[in-house]
Amino acid sequence: MKTLLSILKDLHPEIDFETHEQLIDKGVLDSFDIVTIAAEIDNEYGVSIPADAIVPENFNSAKALYALIERLEEEE
Amino acid sequence: MQRNILEYLEETVKIYPEKTAYADEESLLVFQDVIYNSKAIGSYLSNKGLYREPVVVFMKKSPETIASFFGAVYAGCFYVPLDEEMGPLRIKMILEKVDPKVAICDQTTIAKINEWGFSGQACLYNDIIETDIDESRLGFVRDNQLDVDPIYTVFTSGSTGMPKGVTANHRSVIDYIDNLMEVLKVDENTVFGNQTPFYFDACLKEVLGTIKCGATTYIIPKSNFMFPLKLVEFLNKYKVNTVCWVVTALTMISSFKVLEKTVPEYLHTIAFGSEVFPIKQFKLWRQHLPNARFINLYGPTEATGMSCYYEVDRDFDLDEAIPIGKPFKNTEVMLLKEDNSRAESGELGEICIRGASVTLGYYKDHERTAQVFVQNPLNDAYPEIIYKTGDLGKINERGELIFVSRKDYQIKHMGHRIELGEIEASVNTLDGIRNSCCIYHKETSKIILFYSGIPEVAEVIKNLKTKLPRHMIPNHVETMERLPLTSNGKIDRVFLSNEYAKKKGEIK
Repeated sequence: MKTLLSILKDLHPEIDFETHEQLIDKGVLDSFDIVTIAAEIDNEYGVSIPADAIVPENFNSAKALYALIERLEEEE
Repeated sequence: MQRNILEYLEETVKIYPEKTAYADEESLLVFQDVIYNSKAIGSYLSNKGLYREPVVVFMKKSPETIASFFGAVYAGCFYVPLDEEMGPLRIKMILEKVDPKVAICDQTTIAKINEWGFSGQACLYNDIIETDIDESRLGFVRDNQLDVDPIYTVFTSGSTGMPKGVTANHRSVIDYIDNLMEVLKVDENTVFGNQTPFYFDACLKEVLGTIKCGATTYIIPKSNFMFPLKLVEFLNKYKVNTVCWVVTALTMISSFKVLEKTVPEYLHTIAFGSEVFPIKQFKLWRQHLPNARFINLYGPTEATGMSCYYEVDRDFDLDEAIPIGKPFKNTEVMLLKEDNSRAESGELGEICIRGASVTLGYYKDHERTAQVFVQNPLNDAYPEIIYKTGDLGKINERGELIFVSRKDYQIKHMGHRIELGEIEASVNTLDGIRNSCCIYHKETSKIILFYSGIPEVAEVIKNLKTKLPRHMIPNHVETMERLPLTSNGKIDRVFLSNEYAKKKGEIK
């Protein structure tokens, strides 16, 4: 989780990712962020996010994103 | 001879009055609506005595925004598009520079423009389309309009921090659109999926291609470009067959392997530009859409939009660049060396544009206009203006033009043209900042900012978000005790680039 938070923090240092739960709905993240986050997750965790997991629900909070990473890690 | 872009609309409405011209998920305008609403707006503006002057259009991106653009042109005025995405500071700067008497707004923007100190009259689109159309007045305006009169002023990044307002006339735009539509083979069966914002020239392709050819444009919600499956769904739902997108929008789909699951099945013409297309991604597109035409477009805002095109006709190696090809009809690309002589085949030269598509220059900015809109150095016989792009190019062994690099610190990021100097100028205006330097890390397409000063990184970013458009916010920010200098006393960009690259290596 720490690594993920630092990836997110690097993009938007002014956002408290530990509590924010509407990153997509409130327009915090944009398409560039999504691409960057997916690439960094691939780098750091060694999992690539499949297309059907690129949906708003998985990107609305750091918690949801981390749960996705864990699911993908298990599948491997 | 066509003198006015509105003639496109007036001809098309006779054939397809009930056909959809522009639509998004909330509203829809058929050609008859477009002309009716534009003429009402034109009558309103003209009745106020406005003529050959700027009219700001500050609306949420929608079909109605386009009717406002045409409304300004019906009044013999030119439109200046604004969008919330530009950020309040840039909008204030533009309003100050342009000093418009009237701004056309909608319910979502009218409160904001007043709050930002707009001293003219802000009117609502929904109110002014109720104006009775004054055909005789509009006819009088048209009779007096020349094809050298401006249509729009769009603002692009300027290295001093002050954006530059590129101003284009009917002649340039007609020249560009006629030749572009011929190359793209747009006709009444074309369904565009618009991606580019309305506050740049890039949207002219769909906006004017639609009224010229009787085509249809669907405006794609921005949020779809975050979620590639949704995006492809949208394209299929509306049977979009033609797109003119920035490369990042296309790679968003291919890099997440979406094409393996679902393809945009109606898509047959894919024009892209503004950036280098990574060949690996490009191959995926070609593999999954083997029958589509792929066209690389290249051109500066200062030459109305696009100046060159290349239709892909072969495979490329991973380290190759897709050529920008050859100029459109009635445009010449001159490759000039430092001494103003022509570059020979294979030699590097600055890409300079000659022809009717060269725009009028920067609005109320003679100094910066004179720096790049210059007398053709190869012509000493009569006045002839060419535009120096600042891009370096060469001709390859096949006779195709290749873009090589920039002469300066201008970059292309997410399809947007950005002067790194403008970001630095903004950072330097923040309280407690000593100095700053921006570099572009090409490998990861990231804007990296280094600064020295008192404020924390988070504070710097927070403040920048109020000053700069979203696409200009650095992707990574580092604070330093002091920035490294070269022996000449300038900030050492090369050193900073190397430091960042080294650090990237360490992290991995």
